[in-house]
Amino acid sequence: MCIVVLMISHTLLGLLESGPRHGYDLKRAFDDRFGKSKPLAYGQVYATLSRLLKNGLVEVEGIEHGEGPDRKRYAITAEGITDVAAWLGRPEKPEPYLQSTLFTKVVIALLTGRSAGDLLDTQRAEHLRMMRELTERKKGGDLADQLICDHALFHLEADLRWLELTEARLDRLKAEVAL
Amino acid sequence: MTAAPEARSAAPHVPAAAPAQLLVARGLRKAYGPTPALEDAAFEIAAGEVVAVMGPSGSGKSTLLHCLAGIVPPDAGELRYQDRDMAAMSDRERSALRRRAFGFVFQFGQLVPELTCGENAALPLRLGGVKRREAARRAAEWLDRLEVGDVADKRPGEVSGGQGQRVAVARALAAEPRILFADEPTGALDSFNSERVMTLLTEAARESGAAVVLVTHDARVAAYSDREVVVRDGRTRSWATA
Repeated sequence: MCIVVLMISHTLLGLLESGPRHGYDLKRAFDDRFGKSKPLAYGQVYATLSRLLKNGLVEVEGIEHGEGPDRKRYAITAEGITDVAAWLGRPEKPEPYLQSTLFTKVVIALLTGRSAGDLLDTQRAEHLRMMRELTERKKGGDLADQLICDHALFHLEADLRWLELTEARLDRLKAEVAL
Repeated sequence: MTAAPEARSAAPHVPAAAPAQLLVARGLRKAYGPTPALEDAAFEIAAGEVVAVMGPSGSGKSTLLHCLAGIVPPDAGELRYQDRDMAAMSDRERSALRRRAFGFVFQFGQLVPELTCGENAALPLRLGGVKRREAARRAAEWLDRLEVGDVADKRPGEVSGGQGQRVAVARALAAEPRILFADEPTGALDSFNSERVMTLLTEAARESGAAVVLVTHDARVAAYSDREVVVRDGRTRSWATA
């Protein structure tokens, strides 16, 4: 499964951990927080929910009958909570332009009462680990290799600055996502 | 809605108690007046290890370095160098330890402007009782290793920032310290000179078997270390080497 689909799946699960929702509300919650420039398609939301249901990560908590189609209310299962925790605890592979995934993880951690600071620290350690590898590789490399490593190092450094800035603003972000 | 401050759980890793720890600190506390600078800080470093101390400005990383180096005494906690309790040492013993076993590199103003770079590099050796000719010979060797042998006869004001910093590293390592304390050693340098100083500093330290405590806010500098300790609000957090 591609990374974007996996991220959407985990994000929807994380949003459900903060409380059961209908598919429509879930899409709105996702779009409000993460999809301003690219809202989720309804089809994507329901396809994801159906897959999560099949895998036992969510369950249908209730069905509302009305004039239109029946509305299912989805809730996260214990297995789903474990899956969110594993996703948040796993650092992302350091690569350029990670911010959207990391930002999503930070918000989900705050929404679900987990430590976003721990998440950022784990990610920072992973970034530094890769920076060490690149720094070591530079020592034995030719000029072209050194310049390629430098390019990657500067990108990783930019990510790290973003991690530090986010860390410094966590309390403010927590207050905002709680609204 | 008022949010509670961000909770932080226990550290995921505590550095394994490796053999031959040179310096071990546990539960260090230090306050300047009512302001706490260190709270229950922990640190350890083994011979030959390079450990980066990172954290935002004002987090307590320089205070940690000053406590570890015996420059300022902690208010509480345990600090042992080669299993000797540093708190139990007299001021004189601590001064002798700093002169004999510790080397220092800072960001600014560490070279004596009236002396040549060669005399600066020889200074700790002379203070340690080494005869002038021998001190000059050893200092010259270190200046060559740091690729600044050609500025030995110049005064600090006549050399570039990068060269001056390499002279400072040569001076710190010439006395063959067991631990080199470097506080933002490349803070005033551009990327190219910063890289050169860090490469030479870590290579020279590894060759001589010195441990390096490297305080930096720069991730590219920290990438020269074996592992990092993060200081935030005076508390430390460590990661095991991957």
